[in-house]
Amino acid sequence: MSRVLPVLTVIAAIILVWYVAAIGMNAQWAKDQAARADTTLTTGELIADTLSQDRPVLPAPHQVAAGLWDGLAGQKITSRRSLVYHAWITLSATMAGFAIGSLAGIVLAVGITHSKVMDQSVMPWAVASQTVPILAIAPMVIVVFASVGVTGLLPKAMISAWLSFFPVLVGMVKGLRTPDAMQLDLMRSWSATRSQAFWRLRLPSSMPFLFASLKIAVAAALVGTIVGELPAGATSGLGARLLSGSYYGQTVQIWSALFTAAALAAGLVMLIGWIERMTLRRMGLAK
Amino acid sequence: MTALPIIAVWLSAWGLNAWLARFDTRLTRLLVALIFGATILILWEMIVRAYGVPSVILPAPSQIWASFMANTSILWVDFVQTILKGALTGWVMGALAAIATAILIDRSPFLQRGLLPIANFVAALPIVGIAPILVMWFGFDWQSKAAVVVVMVFFPILVNMVAGLAATDAMQRDLMATWSAGYWQSLWKMRMPAAMPFLFNGLKITTTLALIGAIVAEFFGSPTRGMGFRISTAVGQLDLPLVWAEILVAAIAGSLFYGIVALIEKRVTFWHPSQRK
Repeated sequence: MSRVLPVLTVIAAIILVWYVAAIGMNAQWAKDQAARADTTLTTGELIADTLSQDRPVLPAPHQVAAGLWDGLAGQKITSRRSLVYHAWITLSATMAGFAIGSLAGIVLAVGITHSKVMDQSVMPWAVASQTVPILAIAPMVIVVFASVGVTGLLPKAMISAWLSFFPVLVGMVKGLRTPDAMQLDLMRSWSATRSQAFWRLRLPSSMPFLFASLKIAVAAALVGTIVGELPAGATSGLGARLLSGSYYGQTVQIWSALFTAAALAAGLVMLIGWIERMTLRRMGLAK
Repeated sequence: MTALPIIAVWLSAWGLNAWLARFDTRLTRLLVALIFGATILILWEMIVRAYGVPSVILPAPSQIWASFMANTSILWVDFVQTILKGALTGWVMGALAAIATAILIDRSPFLQRGLLPIANFVAALPIVGIAPILVMWFGFDWQSKAAVVVVMVFFPILVNMVAGLAATDAMQRDLMATWSAGYWQSLWKMRMPAAMPFLFNGLKITTTLALIGAIVAEFFGSPTRGMGFRISTAVGQLDLPLVWAEILVAAIAGSLFYGIVALIEKRVTFWHPSQRK
């Protein structure tokens, strides 16, 4: 409970700063409009105007909230104006990519811990692959897939799979190697086979590492999907919402898409955290 | 039949690696990694040639290299615009701001309890999404890209730096107190050095983030140069070898950037257990 008060204070401060900034940044437009109409605004009118513009430089918090409410609850969820619809498009590609990426990471990690050749040849390149800003390749991946007739969910999922694969690989390799020599020797003294040692010792002891990586990976997968939606002229998904908002100067639309994406990321991370707690409790590892 | 030489190359390279891996020295480790990388390049080239894959789908490494050599001046201009001006400026500014904020937060337990959960939360959000807003505010040139990078690198560095400043234990702090060291003395001589491994962890994570932020922000509007601009226009003209050449530049720049930070880390935190041989 000792956290609630400080967090609330900081959030209140952020909202206050946001309002002040909104007034400051939108004032120029309001003044220009008034000058064009040959009227002068009182301070009160000026503030009221800055907080209710159609296309503000910085929309005020209540405008974003109204935009969010309209997008989430004000439309039919199948409508193209509904944020639920766009969020679902993004979420489905994210989940598909996350599943592919984390499975690939786990499989490769198992191979790396069991084969010296794979460890020495694959691992350095897996590390090097991360210096390629994959998001730069996003437009190309999408164009390539489109040219062979694959569009929609799969190309975006490939990008998020690539992004979520590496954290899982690194975490899982670390996790599978946590059992120390003593424990491995104990398994050997029970004449356990390699697969028994894997299922009964290595895999369980890697779980805390796996979940820590999965949380990072799911957030990365969402970023991958959103960026994958940006450049290829996609018309649905939160990334496309951001892009069309930026084309037409619809700032409220950008901000509501941004907040939906943030909520989605937070929700996914919390979901993984919940599964983690459940699993660790059943394994008797809960703190 | 065209698949036979490809499989033969793959199997022989794998066999060579399997044989080399048994020695497990520094040299063979390097060799194994190099052979693996070279094998992928050779297989890639062979597959593209043997099956006549159109360069629109996947250009061969030789075509990419030719495009790289033919367009060095364009690539250099893009490199300066995106990496040096956008990514690097933003990264330095973001890192300095994060370190300063961390020291401020560190003085106030109230702020620490209030700001840290929010910073942790923000660090996990898709911050790239703010790119259209910042491009709208700061214009199309590199300033808006640097602004995106500042916001993207700020929170990971902040979270790491705050953890680093808290890394000293009570015994060490008491020792400083018995020497009657003031706040600034103990900050400068004890807690800053102790925070360095954490700080560099954050700095290393954010090197790739900086590149990504600068490139992605260019999709929302840029002058007629820059890597993001070039990638999106070259894709439009189906000039895939040029796109891959840009990716090659990004990969080299990313590795160098990471490598330089890691090298500085080695110099600064030579005392840390993780640096021991």
